[in-house]
Amino acid sequence: MALRPVYENPLDALYDVGDGASIALGGFTAALGAPKVLFQALMQTAAKDLTFMGNGTPQVMLGEGEQRRFLIFDAARVRKVICSFPGGGAARATVANPYEQAFTDGSVELELVPQGTLAERLRAGGAGVPAFYTPTGVGAPFCEGKEVREFDGRLYVLERWLRPDFALVKALRADRLGNLVYRNTARNFNPPMAAAAAVTIAEVEEIVEPGQLSPDEITTPGIYVHRLVLVRSDGNA
Amino acid sequence: MLETKERLPRELIAMRVAAEFRGGEFVNLGIGIPNLVAEFTPPEKGVIFHAENGLLGIGRAQEVGKVEIPDMANAGGQPVTAIPGAWIMDSAESFAIVRGGHLDIAVLGGLQVSETGDLANHMRAGRAFGSVGGAADIATGARRLFVAMEHTTKDGELKILRRCTYPLTAVGVVKKVFTDVAVISVTPDGLVLEEVAPGWTPEEVQQVTEPPLRVSPDLREIQLAPD
Repeated sequence: MALRPVYENPLDALYDVGDGASIALGGFTAALGAPKVLFQALMQTAAKDLTFMGNGTPQVMLGEGEQRRFLIFDAARVRKVICSFPGGGAARATVANPYEQAFTDGSVELELVPQGTLAERLRAGGAGVPAFYTPTGVGAPFCEGKEVREFDGRLYVLERWLRPDFALVKALRADRLGNLVYRNTARNFNPPMAAAAAVTIAEVEEIVEPGQLSPDEITTPGIYVHRLVLVRSDGNA
Repeated sequence: MLETKERLPRELIAMRVAAEFRGGEFVNLGIGIPNLVAEFTPPEKGVIFHAENGLLGIGRAQEVGKVEIPDMANAGGQPVTAIPGAWIMDSAESFAIVRGGHLDIAVLGGLQVSETGDLANHMRAGRAFGSVGGAADIATGARRLFVAMEHTTKDGELKILRRCTYPLTAVGVVKKVFTDVAVISVTPDGLVLEEVAPGWTPEEVQQVTEPPLRVSPDLREIQLAPD
């Protein structure tokens, strides 16, 4: 059986993330379903010229309420961000988001993608569909220059798949084969990212033996998952 | 002076939108005034609310300072409960619901709405970028799109225009606009004034609306309960 390696040190799980890599970051907000431990390990690497894809800019939130703090990936090591929420988000209220400045002065390239298109581009990447037509974005500035075609009397925009080099995802539980189970709305972008990436690294709060997860409950099958890291539920290694 | 004339509070705009539900609809609510609509939707109507982060069947807000259900949040990131019969899905499936035309109604906020139903709600003019989030997909995919917003900006600038001056989020999608002074339908023949806030005349609503309004023969004061 193709048991997946479990890395004690999350940094070791990122051994081949190098300069110029494209990385999908799971999660809807900086907290909900975000791979907080792998993100912190990624911050410790020297990798630069990175492309991030995800719902927001590369950041995670640790703690809650008054104790919460945001960890934001050094924008100087980032070439491009593909996301639906380039500004605002949870960070706006407490700390300045350096990406707002970086996108404005052009030091980091922004590809603004509607959230549903982002999810479908990842899904298409995992499913081997290089492009698809969607009604979202016809006539909108973020789809300017894209091919538009009429089907059955309605206009659609051509969108390309996304196939990141790496996906960092968060799940509640895994078995040794890499099968993943999520908890509630922490699922969000994690499954389509896991399927889309060449290498998917999952941080989970519990690892069980094969057979202990029901085939019915497995949301992301281990065929999409290559490495595991066991983490605590508070987002610390 | 129209600037000082009394307008409906946000809660009453939300209440008016909620009165639009006949029962059993699948509905997505945006942030701001739209998010208030759920509070004014009686449970017995059986409306099921969709959160695009992956929850069909949003329940009440979780108690502040207490994690009742971990990792259960709405699209604004606020902790919520799920109703019995709720369903969790990933982001791709969630937007397949949206894009596939399965939502009966979406209610979004708006920066500007045009007379042909264009919506600008993600970016002000002159900014380097805006956060579109799920708004473009939801505006395009819902069978009926309502916009709930203040009729003018705080500075008195008009928001219902012949053409939007802010970057568009979606084209030709808005069916009805609910504001603090009026309810306006977007029709192939232009905007139709359906309802006015208490104390407002059609002429006064026209003064704060750029495109010409046709007054519905059934014009009435905004009511907060269905017929």
